[in-house]
Amino acid sequence: MKKQKKTLAGLQKRKAISGYIFISPFLVGFAVFMVKPLLQSLYMSFCNVEIAAGVINPVFTKIDQYKYALTIDPQFNQLLVQEFTRMLTNSLAIMVFSFFVALILNQEFKGRALVRAIFFLPVILSSGVILGLETNNSLMAQMQTDINEAVSGISITATVENLLRTANVGTKLFEQVFSIIDGIYDVAIASGIQIIIFLSGLQTISSSMYEAADIEGCTAWESLWKITFPMISSMFLVNWVYTIIDFCMRSDNQVIDKINSVMITDINYGLASAMSWLYFLIVMAFVGITSLLISKGVYYYE
Amino acid sequence: MSKVKVKQNSDFWERNRKSDGYLLKKTILKYGVSIARFILLFGMCFMILQPIFNKISVSFMTIEDLNNPTIISIPENPTTENYLMAAKLMTYSKSVVNSFVIALAIALLQISMTTLVGYGFARFEFPLKKFWFACVMLIVLIPPQTISTSLFLHFRFFDIFGLIKLITGDTINLRGSAIPYFLMSLGCMGLKNGLYIYMIRQFFRNIPKELEEAAYVDGCGTLMTFIRIMLPDAKPILTSCFLFAFVWQWTDGYYSKLFLGNVKLVSTELSRLVDSLGAFLMREMGTTVTIPASYGNAIMATGILMIILPLIILYLFAQRGFVESLSSSGIKM
Repeated sequence: MKKQKKTLAGLQKRKAISGYIFISPFLVGFAVFMVKPLLQSLYMSFCNVEIAAGVINPVFTKIDQYKYALTIDPQFNQLLVQEFTRMLTNSLAIMVFSFFVALILNQEFKGRALVRAIFFLPVILSSGVILGLETNNSLMAQMQTDINEAVSGISITATVENLLRTANVGTKLFEQVFSIIDGIYDVAIASGIQIIIFLSGLQTISSSMYEAADIEGCTAWESLWKITFPMISSMFLVNWVYTIIDFCMRSDNQVIDKINSVMITDINYGLASAMSWLYFLIVMAFVGITSLLISKGVYYYE
Repeated sequence: MSKVKVKQNSDFWERNRKSDGYLLKKTILKYGVSIARFILLFGMCFMILQPIFNKISVSFMTIEDLNNPTIISIPENPTTENYLMAAKLMTYSKSVVNSFVIALAIALLQISMTTLVGYGFARFEFPLKKFWFACVMLIVLIPPQTISTSLFLHFRFFDIFGLIKLITGDTINLRGSAIPYFLMSLGCMGLKNGLYIYMIRQFFRNIPKELEEAAYVDGCGTLMTFIRIMLPDAKPILTSCFLFAFVWQWTDGYYSKLFLGNVKLVSTELSRLVDSLGAFLMREMGTTVTIPASYGNAIMATGILMIILPLIILYLFAQRGFVESLSSSGIKM
């Protein structure tokens, strides 16, 4: 730091100072509303927070809260595993779906603007509270079970599933696939932003590349794998990270619900902090590892 | 007219014969692809729009229509009763105004702050820049729930480095007012602000350096360059970020519940809708009543429609702002 200060002089130094002035709102906000609460909640997660007459009194208890959350609490474990598998399958499905849709929407055809507008509509219509409402309320849950019972015989996936089961084909994997197909609506409404990101990537590929490939005798299928795929591989990384983060913050996330109820209903701040840290660390580790793996395969053209 | 067509047709077959059937194959493929694409896209668009159509039709039904199995989508006695009921339960006119004011103010504040920060990251070299940018990425990654506990307490016993306690002898309770959220937006810590910083930085990075240098040579200061040269250029990306901020704030339930619990907003009112319906019916009847699932569903659908109606109108007018500017700016990592 000191050494750099010495080397920066004149215009460079002035620019460095103006740079810091420009980002100062972020620095202040980051220190006050992120670092401090983050450290505080980390500390609280090791404590048993007692609240009496408006005074908070954290009592240090080492890792008891973590132990409680993982081993004693009846729900947290299950919810964690359940949400994690849901995140994994849904994120994969969203990636495939949005890539596919972006490929189609990038072609020239009549009414493209309209179709794009429709596909982007869910970004607006399924954000925030609206998404949670459809699943989170007891009335809807009742409706949903009714509907599921009513349609169980007539859905295509159920029929195929039955066929496969009688044919004794490995069912565990297929069940996941079928649950994704049944939930294609969820996938479609969650992939608006991802489609846009893929589209923006597709538009940066120059058409001369495809023309050259076409002249050399490449089929469209081959140029998809040899040109399109490598050229937008960095978008896969962006989208993957975005999808997972987005999934973690959705309002129908049950782990978050659990944490909120522990915090607001049970007023157990220590346990709530411990739970959210566990969740955060797992998600971070997952994002870190997967994005490292993906970034190995990313091709940078320049 | 028909003569021309025939001529074209024979021309086509001639050309086809000359190209050894290649032309025919190509044409069939072309039309086949567009038909398949049409079917696929039609299906998917229908899938996305169907719940909205469904809500619209349900929202006009009376209870009798809802329970009549022969009525599927077109109500027999269309009624606006559901709308009146939902509006009453959500105190619609009041909460729409509240939501509008808050979403507008918050979005403006957030976008102006994130623009400054994004510009700072894009156009200046300064020590520790990489580290701070990693911090921006971190605020995108950290779920707000992780820190909500301590934010909750932070604003319950609000203080600036112990100064206020020194002067007045007590900390301020800022919970329940909108001030904490404005403060957070001022510090770029609102809903998805890291994402906006990232997008705006990405945009400013693509502006050629010469533009800036020319301004410097002509005697423009850093701030003037930013306001006079850079901002007018950045209109599309700023519009789309603003629209996002507005829409996400409009429907956000999380921060609204945490900070704006006492203010009537459409998002929080909507999430309470079924409970308020139960409470209302109980007051009316004097006893606890179970709401028929279909009726609750209809009211809920109506409520959702009423909330998204302003957004749909906004989207119709600013569709280009949402989609085109974002996809043309090109997000790179």
